[in-house]
Amino acid sequence: MADKTYPKPSAPAPGAGPGRLGGLDKAELLDLLRRMQLIRSFEERAGQMYGLRKIGGFCHLYNGQEAVGVGAVSALDLEADYVLTGYRDHGHALACGMDPKAIMAELFGKANGSSRGKGGSMHLFDASRHFLGGNGIVGAQIPVATGVAFAQAYRGRASGEGAKPTGATLCFFGDGAIHQGAFHESLNLARIWKLPAVYVVENNQWGMGTSWKRVSSLEEFHRMADGYGMVGVDVDGMDVLAVREVVAAARARALDEGIPTLIEAETYRYKGHSMSDPQKYRSREEVDEYRSRDPILVLKDRMAAAGLVTETEWEAMVKETDALVDESVAFAEAGPEPAPGALYEDVYATELAL
Amino acid sequence: MSVITYREALNRALDEELERDGSVFLMGEEVAEYDGAYKVSKGLLAKYGARRVVDTPITELGFTGLGVGAAMAGLRPVIEWMTHNFALLALDQVINEAAKMRSMSGGQFKVPIVFRGPNGPAEYLAAQHSQALASYWAHVPGLKVVAPATPADAYGLLKSAIRDDDPVVVLEAEMAYSWKGEVPDEEYLTPIGKADLKRPGSDVSIITFGKPLKIALEAAEALAAEGVSAEVLDLRTVRPLDEAAIRETARKTGRVVVVDESWPVASVGSHVAHLAARDAFDRLDAPVELVSGEDVPMPYNHGLELAAQPSVAKIVAAAHRALYKES
Ligand SMILES: Cc1ncc(C[n+]2csc(CCOP(=O)(O)OP(=O)(O)O)c2C)c(N)n1
Ligand SMILES: [Mg+2]
Repeated sequence: MADKTYPKPSAPAPGAGPGRLGGLDKAELLDLLRRMQLIRSFEERAGQMYGLRKIGGFCHLYNGQEAVGVGAVSALDLEADYVLTGYRDHGHALACGMDPKAIMAELFGKANGSSRGKGGSMHLFDASRHFLGGNGIVGAQIPVATGVAFAQAYRGRASGEGAKPTGATLCFFGDGAIHQGAFHESLNLARIWKLPAVYVVENNQWGMGTSWKRVSSLEEFHRMADGYGMVGVDVDGMDVLAVREVVAAARARALDEGIPTLIEAETYRYKGHSMSDPQKYRSREEVDEYRSRDPILVLKDRMAAAGLVTETEWEAMVKETDALVDESVAFAEAGPEPAPGALYEDVYATELAL
Repeated sequence: MSVITYREALNRALDEELERDGSVFLMGEEVAEYDGAYKVSKGLLAKYGARRVVDTPITELGFTGLGVGAAMAGLRPVIEWMTHNFALLALDQVINEAAKMRSMSGGQFKVPIVFRGPNGPAEYLAAQHSQALASYWAHVPGLKVVAPATPADAYGLLKSAIRDDDPVVVLEAEMAYSWKGEVPDEEYLTPIGKADLKRPGSDVSIITFGKPLKIALEAAEALAAEGVSAEVLDLRTVRPLDEAAIRETARKTGRVVVVDESWPVASVGSHVAHLAARDAFDRLDAPVELVSGEDVPMPYNHGLELAAQPSVAKIVAAAHRALYKES
């Protein structure tokens, strides 16, 4: 399961340079492209499996938003840093290098799933990848993430007041979540205690059937950072390299200066809110407009123009990621149902004396 | 008499009360333009406009508290929680503000507000979205709590709740929204605080409320097939409880099975079991049985989630125990 192929965060090289884009070389760029394509392929298949009733309940797909998850996580060092998110979590889990087989099996509710079939789509976790879930309550992950950042600062500063935190914590949430009190309380806490937190609001334009513009007092979410004396930035969430760059800078700011950052990534979800959403609230044209800026095709085209990916390499990549998803479905199909006795397992970390 | 769904019954109640009283308004996430996450408010925005059918940002604590203030200032808010799971964010405003305002002000204020939405497990939704929270509300003096299980009761209880001068929490159920039942065409109110005998019987009493009424009635049917006459009492209101009705059925049959889909500890079900034991002690022929949800967070896996909930088989087995009968 260990998957540590991400390039370590580094300041982007000035200019593209020969054979590079956004400071990354061909291998690094291919890795970003592959991760996005794996998510796309995984989500397409998850949608099909839902149609076949292999998956039930709420299943929120990440198609269209791949550049945010992949770009942001690629700027982290997952040996030290942590990631938390909401219920639209398959993409973030895969971006963190979580095993697609364990995820698909979890969606199937099988005992070989990442949460042994108890969590399902909304509750993916992988302790080994520093991926702390997978939260179904809108906004609830934001204070929790702030607490993880608190622990990083607490540990780091054990060696002295000015010492650095042990890492940074990245928290994803949606445009709908940003109005919860939990968000606003967290930002203030992160700022007054100089916590190494990076908050990423994925503005995918809709919170269920509600346009973000209809429920926000501000037109620019990143300006909410001003109210808490933090740094706020906005970024094109369809551009994986741009996302990577702002997250790398935010991470450095969190570690070196103890200043948390709020990043607003403009993006779009191609699919309905969940599998049962008839999507009457938006137009075909709107979806098509964003699809024309598809994050995977944008990167692929830029790489092709710079001679960094050939059509043959791309086709091979699609084939390889599709095969991995096939394997994941087979793994999930073959997985056993949880034993009836599992019902009372994992409720407490300690044995209860009954 | 018309046969309509539970969802349509709630919609009719809302529609009539919005029509009748200009101080009634509906507020919540996706209630207006989306017609409600579960379509309970379908058509109401079109009919009453955005002043009275109000979409909110995702801010449960904020709009629940706003409702409390609006009620203190003389309006009659109906606050929709998309589900009771999300109402946990608003617990403070319900428990510390709505429920206590009357008492804290020495009777100067009333808080005529309705909090409503689906409660209890649905399917494949896992721990955070599938839980029965009746006990949280039922615990609190100052609140009234109703749990309609049929379209007719959904209509009549919601109308009563809206007209009540105290805060009323309505426990609906996602799984019940599409259930059908007969609802009288003429207007009526179902009294808060009154249980309803849904099936008379003589050998054993099954006492329940909300969604599990369906399986309680199925269990009674299964018991009838083996010659056992089970009585099914639907509490309908869990605060204030109809203690007289509990006493009556418990004393009548002398054998009691309480069914509550919540966790068993400190629940409505455990309290009802206590009342039955206290008020029918001299008539009971067996210990009072409690069929509850299992004492675990709800798992996603379908087999496990079914195993975690009350079922016809569990109710029948509990009745057998109360009757000292082999299962
Ligand atoms: C506290 C809470 N309230 C309501 C919901 C129901 N709900 C689930 S997702 C959602 C919309 C969230 O939109 P956004 O934050 O923009 O995230 P997106 O779905 O676009 O990724 C709502 C209202 C919930 N899960 N939790
Ligand atoms: Mg959104």
